[in-house]
Amino acid sequence: MRAAVVRNEAVMNEPAADAIVEVRGISKTYGGVEALRDVDLDFPRGKLTSLLGPSGCGKTTLLKIIAGLIDADRGTVAVNGKKVSAPGPERAFVFQDFALLPWATVLRNVAFGLELRGTAKEEREAIARRYVADVGLAGFEDKYPHELSGGMRQRVGLARALCVDADVLLLDEPFSAVDEQNRRKFQEDLIRLRTNQNKTFIFVTHSIEEAVYISDRIVLLSPRPGRVSRIIEPDIDRSGDPDRIHRDKHYLDTVEEIWQGLKQYVE
Amino acid sequence: MAAGTEVDRAAGVASLSRSAQAGRLFEKPVVLRLLSIGLFAAAWQIAGLIPVSFAFPTFSSTMAAFVRMMADGSLPAAYVSTLQPLVLGVVLATFAGVGIGTLCGLWRPGEWLLIPVFIVLQAAPVAAFIPLVTFIYGIGMTAKTLAVIILALPVIVLNTYKAVRNVNGSLLVMSRSFMGTRWQEVFKIVLPDASPVIFAGLRLGVAAGFVGVVLAELLITPTGIGDLITFARSRADYAGMYATIASVIALSTVTLVALQWIEVRVFRPEKRGG
Amino acid sequence: MTLFGYRVPMMASLLVWCVLWEIVGRLDLMFILPPFSDVLAAAVDLVQLPSWQSATVTTLRAFLIGMLLAIAVGIPLGMLMGRVKIADDLLGMWVNIFSSAPLSAIVPVLMILFGFGENTIIAAVFLFAIWIIVLDTRAGVRHISPSLIEMARSYGASRPALYGKIIVWAALPEILAGIRLGLIRGVKGVVIGQLLVAIVGYGALFETFSRNFRMSQFWALTIILFAFALVVSALIERAEAKVEFYAGVR
Repeated sequence: MRAAVVRNEAVMNEPAADAIVEVRGISKTYGGVEALRDVDLDFPRGKLTSLLGPSGCGKTTLLKIIAGLIDADRGTVAVNGKKVSAPGPERAFVFQDFALLPWATVLRNVAFGLELRGTAKEEREAIARRYVADVGLAGFEDKYPHELSGGMRQRVGLARALCVDADVLLLDEPFSAVDEQNRRKFQEDLIRLRTNQNKTFIFVTHSIEEAVYISDRIVLLSPRPGRVSRIIEPDIDRSGDPDRIHRDKHYLDTVEEIWQGLKQYVE
Repeated sequence: MAAGTEVDRAAGVASLSRSAQAGRLFEKPVVLRLLSIGLFAAAWQIAGLIPVSFAFPTFSSTMAAFVRMMADGSLPAAYVSTLQPLVLGVVLATFAGVGIGTLCGLWRPGEWLLIPVFIVLQAAPVAAFIPLVTFIYGIGMTAKTLAVIILALPVIVLNTYKAVRNVNGSLLVMSRSFMGTRWQEVFKIVLPDASPVIFAGLRLGVAAGFVGVVLAELLITPTGIGDLITFARSRADYAGMYATIASVIALSTVTLVALQWIEVRVFRPEKRGG
Repeated sequence: MTLFGYRVPMMASLLVWCVLWEIVGRLDLMFILPPFSDVLAAAVDLVQLPSWQSATVTTLRAFLIGMLLAIAVGIPLGMLMGRVKIADDLLGMWVNIFSSAPLSAIVPVLMILFGFGENTIIAAVFLFAIWIIVLDTRAGVRHISPSLIEMARSYGASRPALYGKIIVWAALPEILAGIRLGLIRGVKGVVIGQLLVAIVGYGALFETFSRNFRMSQFWALTIILFAFALVVSALIERAEAKVEFYAGVR
């Protein structure tokens, strides 16, 4: 039995039953380098979809185009059926380098998205406190970013994104600047948060294990030019002990299968 | 940002020399600092006892002269006259400099038009202008204030500009992703992020302002501290002269340290006690 | 900045200011501001005057001697502070104080100690330039990666070899930056010194021109000085660019 359902291109272009983000014909060229060519993708509501691929496959570019932070050369992005070309309240971004204000406390950093929207101080701080606790940082509200570890800083970044109550969370390699032990713990927490929050996650990573461990759906991108090569839906039960997943047969087979597919792109 | 680095280097606001300096006066253990002051005073005393020159008083006689001049009111009176234009000039230069620097950092045509002028003024000996100032404004308070502004403004403008230009790009993207407006970007991201370098510029500006006011008083307007130095020299009261000069240097040092303290206390809470 | 698709170099805006200066000068609004063309003409005349030539020789000589002394004393002092903790503890405070102190107040002291002549100017240049050289050299030495020094030791480098073959070269980018900043400060020192002494070199010329309201000449002299300061700084910058390539990979 195959561990994953592998779809071919024809199936891929078919609209999913309930797609919250629809990407159509996106192309992007950076100074002569073709980062993305004609990408069509649907992101199902309430799922965690990973964009996985070697460096240079345009996965971060695609995420930033969805976020409205980069303009595509061609193609459209629609969220909840509406075309978007700039950042909007229904999407929130989590940054690879955290992008925390060094001069602001954890609480103000978490509330910063709401602060920019003009939410009153008491209201936004009340909301922020809740999410600070949700990501496991209760008690650290008055600390400054430089007093936190990398993993804790990214929890602040995640709480900030949760705070603005967006439908879609866009995470750009959020764990790449976090050490291995913290990353494992954080991945477990992310699985838990995803069940509780009922949001759609789009997750960029270059780690096969990470993608398989946390994703409902993995989009494999091939580099130069960046295109969708495969979509994999790992069939892994995440309800039990998180440590068990790492020894799960389906998990290991899927990781191996993706590696075999990606191998050709690695020099 | 090629233009930015080009400016740093031409402007003489080398970050490494500043970072070498930042915080130094705070960190040293008190004992070592006292020992350092003690050794300096001892060296001065011995040099005065030899004496290295007929015009080189000992440390003790200089201190005695300082006490005498404080007591007879001549030193405080001189400071009243010197500090007015200094404070006024520094405050004006701060507002103008931070404003112009921010504008140039955010607005390309402004950068193109103004920054080269300030680069030239920063690298060049603008002290040569001070005699000129007296032609237009006489020898009063206005001339002294202008002397302070001429010397203090370029470094404040260039530091602010440099800081605003080199603002952390990832914070700007973050602000955009949460739909921050341009104004929010400037006031909630750009200025706070730039503030350490802006403050470094203010400290340099204050130091330059001290140079300017003393120079103006020595060169053109016989008032205040400059006059006291000239007067003591003309009477061959070398101890009084050294005491006055040492007091200016001490005051400028204390002011700079105080500014740094205020910066950390008021504007950079994350550095407090950390 | 780009204009009509062409990249306009930043310093080109100075030409705009020169044109503006010419216009304001022609309008005759202020007697202290003659037209820029008059100033240029005055500059051409000025450089042919024997008084300017001798003043330039005097000024340059004082500047060069003062700078050489500042470099010769500043770099070893900075290295000492960078390598020896106790020296850093004892001297650091004073170097920091003097690097930002109003040194113009000390010039009158130099005038009595060294007389109303060239020695005072040399002392002023030295005093203005040395502190930043010390600070930057110290910072450069502190920046050297410890593994580089351990490497030299493990291959049996002697003390002179350690300093001559490793430390000087590894700290060179910062030392050159310090010298460049020192030169800029030195130019200020020479001008302030001469303005205050007022009977030597450019100071005497400034005094004559401003006292007799010869504004074109005054500005011509100012421009020559400014140009000198910028050229000196640009030359050192080119030397710096040559060592910058390894500043990043140390």
